[in-house]
Amino acid sequence: MTIAEDPATTAPGYKWVGTRMIRPDGFEKVTGRARFGADLKLNGMLYGHVLRSPHAHANIVSIDTSEAEKMAGVRAVITRADFPAPSGPAGDQDLQRNAMAREKVLYEGHVVAAVAAQTRGQAKAAAEAIKVVYEVLPHVMTVDEAMAPSAALLHPNLMTKGIDPAPTGPSNVASRALYQGGDLDLGFAESDVVVEGTFTTKPVHHGYIEPHAAVADTTPNGRTTLWCSSQGHFTMRAMSAKVLGWEPSRLKVIPAEIGGGFGGKTTIYLEPLAVRLSQKAGRPVKMVMSRDEVFRATGPASGTKIVAKMGFKNDGTMVAAELWMAYEAGAFAGSPAGAGSMTALAPYTVANFLIEGFDVVVNKPKVAAYRAPGAPMSSFAVESLIDEAATKIGMDPIEIRLKNAVTEGCQATYGPKFPRIGFVETLEAIKNHPNYQIPLGPNQGRGVASGFWFNAGLNSSATVHVNEDGNVIVVTGSPDIGGSRASMALMAAEEFGIDAARIQPVVGDTESVGYNDQTGGSRTTLATGAAVIEACRKILADLRGRAAKQWDVPLDKVEWVDGQAQHVDGTQPPLSLEDLAKGWNRTGGPLTASAALNARGVGSAFSTQVVDLEIDPDTGHVTVLRYLTAQDAGRAIHPSYVEGQLQGGVVQGLGWALNEEYIFDRNGKMENASFLDYRIPVASDMPMIDTIVVEVPNPGHPYGVRGVGEVGIVPPLAAVANAVEHAVGRRLRDLPLSPVRILDAILNKDC
Amino acid sequence: MSRIQVSCTVNGDPVDFLCDADGSLLNSLRDELGLTGVKEGCGTGDCGACSILLDGELNCSCLIFAPEAEGTTITTVEGLANGDHLTPLQQCFLEGAALQCGICTPGVLVAATSLLNHNPNPTETEIRYALAGNLCRCTGYDKIVRAVREAAAQIRETSA
Repeated sequence: MTIAEDPATTAPGYKWVGTRMIRPDGFEKVTGRARFGADLKLNGMLYGHVLRSPHAHANIVSIDTSEAEKMAGVRAVITRADFPAPSGPAGDQDLQRNAMAREKVLYEGHVVAAVAAQTRGQAKAAAEAIKVVYEVLPHVMTVDEAMAPSAALLHPNLMTKGIDPAPTGPSNVASRALYQGGDLDLGFAESDVVVEGTFTTKPVHHGYIEPHAAVADTTPNGRTTLWCSSQGHFTMRAMSAKVLGWEPSRLKVIPAEIGGGFGGKTTIYLEPLAVRLSQKAGRPVKMVMSRDEVFRATGPASGTKIVAKMGFKNDGTMVAAELWMAYEAGAFAGSPAGAGSMTALAPYTVANFLIEGFDVVVNKPKVAAYRAPGAPMSSFAVESLIDEAATKIGMDPIEIRLKNAVTEGCQATYGPKFPRIGFVETLEAIKNHPNYQIPLGPNQGRGVASGFWFNAGLNSSATVHVNEDGNVIVVTGSPDIGGSRASMALMAAEEFGIDAARIQPVVGDTESVGYNDQTGGSRTTLATGAAVIEACRKILADLRGRAAKQWDVPLDKVEWVDGQAQHVDGTQPPLSLEDLAKGWNRTGGPLTASAALNARGVGSAFSTQVVDLEIDPDTGHVTVLRYLTAQDAGRAIHPSYVEGQLQGGVVQGLGWALNEEYIFDRNGKMENASFLDYRIPVASDMPMIDTIVVEVPNPGHPYGVRGVGEVGIVPPLAAVANAVEHAVGRRLRDLPLSPVRILDAILNKDC
Repeated sequence: MSRIQVSCTVNGDPVDFLCDADGSLLNSLRDELGLTGVKEGCGTGDCGACSILLDGELNCSCLIFAPEAEGTTITTVEGLANGDHLTPLQQCFLEGAALQCGICTPGVLVAATSLLNHNPNPTETEIRYALAGNLCRCTGYDKIVRAVREAAAQIRETSA
């Protein structure tokens, strides 16, 4: 089924959906019992350690492991020689080359070898004893360097896709995305106000508190069990198998609890290394990254350069927009330049536009998806220019957005027409909130920004069992990263009409439930939830059939109400779920059903936010005074965890706006690979995050759900920049807005 | 290198373990004593996920050499609840949805316990500064601060 076949209930009389049950996995998580990636210990387990490149770009001339192999406690050493030569589509080859360097290393931190030994210390010492001879090559660290005509090339065969005519030679530009409509020249000619500027953002890391971890146990007959914390264990299985040269079915992946991901745990790092070491050593192998390794070798999100120009009429109508955007991909193609291009103008109707997005390889770690990948950067440019235009026109920043906001039936700049959406409602919610009227003092500024992000659908499976006592097990394959067990339990409780405490939600391994794509793209409550609902409805149909059989009445005489089968005429005593479960021997056996779906047309997420901040004119330090976010959740299944997603997204965005950045030295080595020097927001940096959950039901979902996980991180970058502009009277277009940048703006105000 | 025997009290139990002279208390707690509720987020004292009470004071166990634990009394997240009877802090974290992924939660609970031991009626600002050494990347801290405030109120009410 597609979930759109069962439209949203618009006048809900829900009993469980929308309530705030205590999460089913909560007790384990507040008592230290929950098992995360690094918590597993097996008998005979070895410890793995990775040797990483010290260079940003170098040929590997030779690798000598002979000394390391002889060292105490060492049981296995692996290098490129232990993996099949890269093959298959370009993306697969990149995956293989990123997991283990082949001819050359492409960033500081790139894997060169790995060791398994009896202790962590032995493994580290042996890894450091591996002799690697490098031939250092020139490196490129920014899109400007990488796109220069004489730039050093990362990949000798990388030809730009999406350019017509096709290029004749290789470059560092992997692809160009293009979206256009109307007549740009005409649009700017019609404009009364034109605003433009060049915006830059730095690479930022997800900063999940749990470092990557994996434990692999390969038996001599070749079957392998892999425990890891990830956003999708089926994907870990598929990707690891590609690197190992195996069929996926040879791997069983058991999901650990995941200690934060934000997109960064949607790909493999340690997993295939642990498997190969385990295979070679004949023992289980555990690998855990240090924080330093997490920074140097995983994620981050792209650094970007965006040249933007927009035209408006005096009444605020947006009539033209031109965006040239270059996204750092890191060492391999695959930045979210395409998604950034699609989302940049999506909240607005604009007749004439041209958006170009370039995916550019540089000598940095390969970027990973990070919460609404690509959207915060392009939105930063667009929402900053909208604010400038509003100031020039003399319009309220909410009003100019309302003037141009997309509504149901509008065609998005990236193609499709929007179904029912709640963007305008988020703008109205902010406008009507008392925070928006609070007077500001000296050195204070207020900034508004909005954002758009997709909901992914993708593949989900669920299996639902009724136990013999009438309680229910719900098995999905979607890792619970922030309360999704609770939302699955609530939806199943709603379907069965029983207490949510009687539902046990389980995240099953790759052999216990059908395939599930990752927990990502704001899709889990939406799409996996839809699979749960469908599986529940199959069992409910079965239950009604069994009651009808028992009563010897036609099926249409039986309805399911409040957890029991009832005869429509009331001529039979009701049969509860417990009664039917107890009697299954007589009615057809155990009660179980599965559902699998490919969810499509699943909706859109919009957020509008306003920040009030104060700047210390002596230091340039920003204090966030108050923050208000309004986001359309469609229908909040568990409002507390919806609010949590909204608040968490805002604070990550504030870190991006104010503090966070990768800093590299002239040799391309990261200089701030620790939580001390890469400063994510701490509790004392933040105010309460005032949160409005707007509910405009998604017509494509049984309960009207929209994915809520990502869009919250989109607006803060521009909201902060807009507020800073109003506080200091200077438009800042380079993130982060750290004290040094703001102080410079204050001191050089007239420049 | 010979290993060092350490005797201490952990969560009320007298325990002995062997450690290297330069081993961290965090590794001993996790690997030798199986207390994997104590998390490692950084190993450099920046994230607070490994927070413990050492003789009643809040510490990052990753910054303490294991031999330094000799003769001390240690409380980890596993030692907060009494069986299935959660502390008001733990209960308020559950009811207030003050955790998402849950990896920082053990350290945050230990740090918040330390705060309330010292200050039963903290202001929002005091809560935020007391927890400034505990990084949470999921929640934005809002619900954590509320849960601590609520737990403090409940504890004061009970002890009044």
